[in-house]
Amino acid sequence: MTGRGRLFVYRLLFGFVLLAAWEAASGRLIDPFWVSRPSDIFKYLWGVFADGSIFGHLAITLYETFVGFFIGATSGIALGFFLARKEVLAQVLDPYIVAFNGIPRIALAPLFIIWFGIGPNSKVILVVTVVFFLTFFNTYAGVKGVDVELKNILRVMGASERQILFKVTIPATVPWIATGLKISLPYAIVSAVVGEFIAASKGLGYLINYNTSLFSTTGALGGILILALVVVLCNEIISRAEAYLLRWRPRENGRKSNELY
Amino acid sequence: MPPLLSLNQVCREFQVRGRQVVAVDTLDLAVEEGEFVTVVGPSGCGKSTLLNLVVGLLPPSAGRIVYRGRAVEGINTAIGYVTQKDNLLPWRTLVENVEIALEIRGAAKNERRRRAGDLIGQVGLSGFEDHYPHELSGGMRQRANIIRTLIYDPELILMDEPFGPLDAQTRIVLQDQLLKLWRASRKTILFITHDLVEAITLADRVVVMTSRPGRVKHIAAVPIPRPRDVYQIHMSSEFREVYNKLWNELRPEVAPA
Repeated sequence: MTGRGRLFVYRLLFGFVLLAAWEAASGRLIDPFWVSRPSDIFKYLWGVFADGSIFGHLAITLYETFVGFFIGATSGIALGFFLARKEVLAQVLDPYIVAFNGIPRIALAPLFIIWFGIGPNSKVILVVTVVFFLTFFNTYAGVKGVDVELKNILRVMGASERQILFKVTIPATVPWIATGLKISLPYAIVSAVVGEFIAASKGLGYLINYNTSLFSTTGALGGILILALVVVLCNEIISRAEAYLLRWRPRENGRKSNELY
Repeated sequence: MPPLLSLNQVCREFQVRGRQVVAVDTLDLAVEEGEFVTVVGPSGCGKSTLLNLVVGLLPPSAGRIVYRGRAVEGINTAIGYVTQKDNLLPWRTLVENVEIALEIRGAAKNERRRRAGDLIGQVGLSGFEDHYPHELSGGMRQRANIIRTLIYDPELILMDEPFGPLDAQTRIVLQDQLLKLWRASRKTILFITHDLVEAITLADRVVVMTSRPGRVKHIAAVPIPRPRDVYQIHMSSEFREVYNKLWNELRPEVAPA
């Protein structure tokens, strides 16, 4: 079996052991009222998927996450490139950007609900404020860090500033942007759910909150399990996109531990 | 006819921690068209600064740099520059790196590929076209660095210790390849090195620089006929004669009394 295949089996096994321990403990060590049990949760999940009632919630949370992620990422990347080329403006704005980023988003969430209503818009905005800063800081650092020698080499060859932007600055910044996107995706999902907790009529966050208020730990944990799966799936997709875009980079884990450098 | 390139009383100073450091001091040098000139000097004598001045990445603090009879301001794109570090773009494959200057000039893709392929073959890198720089050895990367400059045919090529970080065997092979490429193209080359043997092997004239501040100390012609055999040349008596003469000039600069 290949390394990847074996890894996958080990991962499945680990998850299975966790669930088995949970199942065994529930009803014997702990009252299932508090922690439910995996078999009940899967029964619940089976039910909501079979009758289709989950899809509306799932769709709304994914919508909030991805629309917010897209707007936040594109504006963060654009501002990162822009400010990296405007030294003075960047220095003027620096304390404000740091201050805005320092605000805990949970403090903003109720305000956004007041401003933008209890529908998906307020959650989209919340996601934007998280993703924007993470991608902005990474893009800015990336553009600033581009090797001046590489740019000079192209200048000597007669390249225009526009050609240097497309042939050096942007490709050199891709790894930084990819890192920004990768770390902000889980935060995007969390922000959408947090927004739904504050006030919403639909979405996975709303569903979890609703089940909790009914003391249905089965429903709450079921919703959490779906969220966890969505995060893992999104992370896998973005990791693969990253591996493809950065195929020119030496693989760090390609070295063997018994080699010296 | 005026020389292709001449430096007249060129100075360059830097501010290092508030102190004025003179890197190049009243330097005079002329390079004729088609000539292969090497510059030797102790490390830190301003050799790299000299090349940055010639290409126009740095403006001189004083003096004039004249190219084809005209003073040059800003980057001179008639000049090609092979840097000490290979500076290949890590996200481009070998062939994409080699052809980038043609891409900048808007050449058609199949024309680019053809000329890049020719040069890649000439330096023995066929089969590695689609490799990324990190998958190539130091010697291979440095060959790519040289041919990506040759591909767009600049009139004058500056080389800053291009073989510096390579092992002795690879250096000799690359010196041989460089001389062959030079003979075929009859370019003008200004080549910097700290290795006196390399300087004499390659050059029509060798320029010895003083230690900081960098100034021209001595210029010697190398009367060894071409084509030269880089593997044997250092055993000839003419070579020893030039070597001894230049070493006497260079020694006081390298080893402070």
